[in-house]
Amino acid sequence: MSVERILIGTLIMAGVTYLVRMLPLAIFKKKITNRFVRSFLAYVPYAVLAAMTLPEILYSTGSVYSAGFGLLVALVLAYHNRGLLTVALGSSAAVFAAEWLLRAFQLM
Amino acid sequence: MRDKHHYDKKAAAFRKGLKDGVPICLGYLSVSFAFGMMATQGGMPAWAALVISMSNMTSAGQVAGTNLILSGGLYLELAVTTFVINIRYMLMSLSLSQKVDESMTTLQRWVLSFGVTDEIFAVAMQQEGAVTAEYFSGLVLTPYLGWSLGTLLGATATNLLPAGVRTALGIAIYGMFLAIIIPPARKAAPVAKVVLFAALLSCLFRWVPGLNRISGGWVIILCAVAASAYGALCYPIQETEGAANEC
Repeated sequence: MSVERILIGTLIMAGVTYLVRMLPLAIFKKKITNRFVRSFLAYVPYAVLAAMTLPEILYSTGSVYSAGFGLLVALVLAYHNRGLLTVALGSSAAVFAAEWLLRAFQLM
Repeated sequence: MRDKHHYDKKAAAFRKGLKDGVPICLGYLSVSFAFGMMATQGGMPAWAALVISMSNMTSAGQVAGTNLILSGGLYLELAVTTFVINIRYMLMSLSLSQKVDESMTTLQRWVLSFGVTDEIFAVAMQQEGAVTAEYFSGLVLTPYLGWSLGTLLGATATNLLPAGVRTALGIAIYGMFLAIIIPPARKAAPVAKVVLFAALLSCLFRWVPGLNRISGGWVIILCAVAASAYGALCYPIQETEGAANEC
């Protein structure tokens, strides 16, 4: 692995990623007034996060079953308005417990 | 006195940003730990993993890019892959451009846009009112430190965490996403419908043969655009500043 290849590759990745992030924020300085565009952009965060979470969350742990249980616990906690950290660690704990059980019964 | 008051307000916004960044920082520690491990196990020196993390700060994009560097992919392939996986940031930055304080300077925009990630974007958009440069700086800084530190730890001390803990932490970031989208979806039916629409579409792209050949970066864009357009068409948001924009 040559140092030159690592550095050129890193530079390409960093450059592309930065431009993608920077251009819209630098170009659109005025508030957009069009109601459709404003509504569209208001829904973007929810739509992006939903599309990123499902179904990917099911493949984020050691087994689909433990992930499914973690998803369920996360949904219940989030539904009851728990904070970000509580939901994140709560679902992790659920996965940990589920995988411990799965291993105990040799299902994983 | 007025200046002092002004300064205090800015400092308070910065501190609030730092604090709001802590959950993201914790989530990043585990994700970047995994990245650091992956990079060094693939044959990359630890310093290179750290440089990649500190100059990219993007999970999926830099994992794919690092794999391409390791496997001998072309530079063009590297550029296109990075672009496709990270194209969602364009949508986020555009959405964020409508949320930031209009007084944010060009230089501040150029610097701070480096910190637009899925999680930082999500937390920033959750804020009431405009996002100031001070708040956003704090919100970027704590996760950035976590991202860098986690990479370094993962790259140098691979066996610090037992495997069971590592796999369990894989879900943490998604749990955080759910904590962000579920409460508003519970409060407003249109948001719930947009969330369901995007999630179902995303599942289709993952599980339906043929559709699942499309790369993940495109899928997120397609789902987000379709679901947001559906929301905007069927449930346009109420304008708070008078009815100036009736179409």
